[in-house]
Amino acid sequence: MRAILIVFAKEFRENLRERRTLFTALLLGPLLGPALFAGLLTLQIHRSAEASDRPLTLAVAHGERAPNLLAYLKEAGVTVSAVDYEAAAARAAVHAHRHERVLAVSADFAKNLSDGTPAPLQLFADSSDVAAAPDTERVRALLGQYSSELGRLRVLARGIDPLLLGPIAVQDIDVSTPATRSVLVLGTLSYLMLLTMLMGGMYLAIDATAGERERGSLEPLLTLPVPRAQLIFGKILATCAYMLLSLTLTVSAFAVLLRFTGLERFGMSINFGPQVALSLIGYCLPLIPLAAALMTIVAAYTRTYREAQSYLGVVLLVPTLPLVFAGALGLRPTLPLMAVPSLSQHFLITSLLRDEPLPAAFIAASVGATLVLGAVLVALAARLYRREALLG
Amino acid sequence: MIEAQALSKRFGPVQAVRAVSFLARDGRITGLLGPNGAGKSTTLRMLYTVLRPDAGDALIDGISAVRTPLEAAQRLGVLTHGAGIYPNLTARENVLYFGALQGLARAEARARTAELMKLLEMEDIADRRAKGFSQGERVKTSLARCLVHRPRNLILDEPTNGLDVMAVRALRRLLRALRDEGHCVLFSSHVMQEVSALCDEVVVIGGGSVVAAGTPQEVSARTGAPALEDAFVQLIGGGSEA
Repeated sequence: MRAILIVFAKEFRENLRERRTLFTALLLGPLLGPALFAGLLTLQIHRSAEASDRPLTLAVAHGERAPNLLAYLKEAGVTVSAVDYEAAAARAAVHAHRHERVLAVSADFAKNLSDGTPAPLQLFADSSDVAAAPDTERVRALLGQYSSELGRLRVLARGIDPLLLGPIAVQDIDVSTPATRSVLVLGTLSYLMLLTMLMGGMYLAIDATAGERERGSLEPLLTLPVPRAQLIFGKILATCAYMLLSLTLTVSAFAVLLRFTGLERFGMSINFGPQVALSLIGYCLPLIPLAAALMTIVAAYTRTYREAQSYLGVVLLVPTLPLVFAGALGLRPTLPLMAVPSLSQHFLITSLLRDEPLPAAFIAASVGATLVLGAVLVALAARLYRREALLG
Repeated sequence: MIEAQALSKRFGPVQAVRAVSFLARDGRITGLLGPNGAGKSTTLRMLYTVLRPDAGDALIDGISAVRTPLEAAQRLGVLTHGAGIYPNLTARENVLYFGALQGLARAEARARTAELMKLLEMEDIADRRAKGFSQGERVKTSLARCLVHRPRNLILDEPTNGLDVMAVRALRRLLRALRDEGHCVLFSSHVMQEVSALCDEVVVIGGGSVVAAGTPQEVSARTGAPALEDAFVQLIGGGSEA
């Protein structure tokens, strides 16, 4: 048993001297991941803040045909500019991004209005222009409001109570809290955490198996009076240690950096104090031996260091794929789903950040299933290491 | 003492080793001689517990390497082909690692490592990372590694590969010293000169089987060849070059 610790200590120390491992485990993941994330977040917040303060612009063709409408729009804060386009020119102007939107008033607009028939307006806009879409929506809403107001005035003039035009009044009640609102924005947090955790152990897993074989240092190791299983356990343990280190650094980095993002301005808050940070680490712990064993098994099958690198790059997707699906399919935690490793950790993480704790049974299912699968994979790794074909 | 008893090993359709038997005694240097692909490495691997034979047994000091491999491994020091050492560790750390895995207490391992650094004239590279080592320095480190636990029996797979003349001589001196101390030294080679200069006993292997065994003189005499090289060529097959 002592051999496991001897191998662990040597692999751990040796990899501290390996620049590539050190960089990926201790620097790249933990620092770049959160920094990138926080940076994107801040940018997004500032941009949406700017957008709501920005004035609404509207280019109007033949505005002289609808003076009341223009007055209404101007009063609502729209900056109206007059242009002299017909339909084709208007379309071309929007397409070329000279204007974000053009409103064309038809020749018989005034006549239709006084006749009581629908008065046509053409709103030219580019729906593929994501940046302009919110403002176009606002213009559309204003036009709709103008139309409703005119409609109400018409029925009032005919002696009918305008309230009759609104039979149902819907009240939107938003149940989101500041914490939950922020999770809409922090959707990829768990993904980044798990990914950087895996990356932390990747190079050690490769080095301890494929690297060992490539260097020719595997065979001397096997001549020692040490059971092979103990050798691989020591290596897996070292991989776990690096993953834990990477995870701790990543979580700490997130905790620190998220203080500077200014989400509070938007009624969002991030529940990320030291207790949360520790809980996050705790939730991810069961996944560590599973991932370490998985990476070790795959790397042990490859011939060379490079081959192991390519294969493990793919393997990194395996635990992170469920998260992508969860987001896309909008999955909610249920007991059977909590038995799926990595997906259940994702649920645990997001529930923690939303400040909505999951029932104890769910947590038990996640921890139990992940640990059991981890034990199975570790046993499998030991079995593989006893094969003769290990030498290649 | 190392004894091979009718060792056989097949890899798929290839019968790599066929009923190989020989005895390497204590206080003797025994050479396993044969061309590339003859089955030397495979035989040695079965002796030093890394491969399991399909048939036969390998006895290290009477202990079966097949039935009780861990116990047999305790009595062996092995220098494998290529002398794989860890580039990020110093020579000393490489040796200490194996010392620890051999079950030596830390103080004992340290003392023994220092002793070996001196014996092998490695003191100048002892605390240098093995990354830039020459082949000679690598073999020295590997040798120190397999001697750290004072094994009675030594198996070396083509130890002089890539070594220059000075290094080969130094290795020869060391192996002779070990033999004189009573160790059993078994090494494989395909270099005639080495074998005839060093070995007390020779086992010639060709095509996976033992073709001849005895002292170098006995083997030459058997074939009537003037030198071991000619004897070897005759035994393995193919005409003499004259």
